[in-house]
Amino acid sequence: MVENRPFVTFLSHAVLILGVLIVAFPLYVTFIASTHTLEAIVQVPMPLLPGDQLIENYRQVLTAGTTTGSRASVASMLINSTVMALAIPLGKIAISVISAFAIVYFRFPARMFFFWMIFVTLMLPVEVRIIPTFKVIADLGMLNTYAGLTVPLIASATATFLFRQFFMTVPDELAEAARVDGAGPMRFFWDVLLPLSKTTMAALFVIQFIYGWNQYLWPLLITTDESMYTTVIGIKRMIVGSDAANEWNLIMATAILAMLPPALVVMLMQRWFVKGLVETEK
Amino acid sequence: MEKRVVFRSAWLPYALVAPQIAITIVFFFWPAAQAVWYSFQLQDAFGLKTQFVGLQNFAALFKDGNYLESFKTTALFSALVAFFGIAISLLLATMADRVLRGAMAYKTLLIWPYAVAPAVAGVLWAFLFAPSIGIVTYVLRGFGVDWNWIIDADQAMLLVVIASVWKQISYNFLFFLAGLQSIPRSLIEAAAIDGASPFRRFWTIVFPLLSPTTFFLLVVNIVYAFFETFGVIDATTQGGPGQATQILVYKVYHDGVKAADLGGSSAQSVILMFIVIALTVAQFRFIERKVQY
Repeated sequence: MVENRPFVTFLSHAVLILGVLIVAFPLYVTFIASTHTLEAIVQVPMPLLPGDQLIENYRQVLTAGTTTGSRASVASMLINSTVMALAIPLGKIAISVISAFAIVYFRFPARMFFFWMIFVTLMLPVEVRIIPTFKVIADLGMLNTYAGLTVPLIASATATFLFRQFFMTVPDELAEAARVDGAGPMRFFWDVLLPLSKTTMAALFVIQFIYGWNQYLWPLLITTDESMYTTVIGIKRMIVGSDAANEWNLIMATAILAMLPPALVVMLMQRWFVKGLVETEK
Repeated sequence: MEKRVVFRSAWLPYALVAPQIAITIVFFFWPAAQAVWYSFQLQDAFGLKTQFVGLQNFAALFKDGNYLESFKTTALFSALVAFFGIAISLLLATMADRVLRGAMAYKTLLIWPYAVAPAVAGVLWAFLFAPSIGIVTYVLRGFGVDWNWIIDADQAMLLVVIASVWKQISYNFLFFLAGLQSIPRSLIEAAAIDGASPFRRFWTIVFPLLSPTTFFLLVVNIVYAFFETFGVIDATTQGGPGQATQILVYKVYHDGVKAADLGGSSAQSVILMFIVIALTVAQFRFIERKVQY
């Protein structure tokens, strides 16, 4: 603090508290809605204090979904989301770390060519190649499979660049010492490089976990079978009519379940999260 | 920058890049090439026959009033999302940088919306603003505002902007906070000694020094509004009412998946690719600027 101005400090706190409240307001209403019966919610105005249906509503969605919209159980959706949220970061880290290792620690004729090939993928987000990618997945028979949900999303230029960037900062002396001691490239990779990359991996994992959990367009395209829905898709499928026709209490319970895991990851692993966010953008 | 110490092997590096390159070719290059190829084709209504039509799909697009309208919608939408997303988070970050007590708690309470999926964010706000049962709708009615985004185009736009901004604030906030914390205290102290008010210090010192961050966030927010808000729109307005919230990405999806117009949708994909390339170049310009700065 440069100087003491009580009024400005007061104002700062007021703005921040207002900001926090506005940001949290939708979450609060969602939670309240998930603890009431449908009859209570469709009343105008809806109650703003918790009701007594919390256990009822959550048990209903976890076991049997909604009654008017999708009937798929949210428990199986949560499993599908978890598979996506774990397979994507793990797959991404695995293929990126080895390709970055090859590009940084080897000289081979096609090196720059591969580097640019990976780089160009930055310019081809899923959204611009919706239809043809869907066809590729269909031709490969990967619709409604975990492989179809995850494999196409694990190639990533940002992760490869992040590891490349990090490997560049690893002192040459380490590789030299390893070579003098007679270690081959893979030995050096396992025993020296990977242990050093732990923090980078943790940061990347947190970011990619959220990325995988929150995927929408991709699972929307390639899952038609209810048993393969992810939680985010499930919520969308529960909304069938407009307004009062939906079972909002159940939809909101599902929304809470869909938000909880990634929100917890962000708040509990805040250090890795911030590091990952800032570094993947470099 | 190159490594001095390198390993030698005739086959190992190829084996190491193989998985990534294989996935890149199968799921990126091949579909992208197909999108380009389809964009020059016209398919009959049953998908049985295709015909090479050159640039006809593109010509048709630029004559199509709906497509040009979608461009305008996207421009308005991304401008609103970027402006409000940046302005609100800059305000919050500046305040969070000032306070000593509770800074960590504020930060934790402001960053969690990053974890919310765009589609879920859309559902949350659609519920708050639901025309007949929404709690915000109820309050607005008390003020004499008749709120129904299902039929009112401007209100629909406002809804998707609010939901998109809400989700993006946490991201912008973190980058602004990091930017603010890297500004040397001595500069601000010097200005304070010269008698500059906090307001003046912000506009003449802090804001100009933050400009690389602001520019970077501008590009990121535009990319976000162009592509990642698909979930927000699909979960709320689905492009409606009419075409009031049909941004370009939504139109690609709608024309390709719902209307099964392969050629037209692919031509739109190709145009989007050019937009992404332009935005990526803009982002890299930023990195060069940062190095000089």
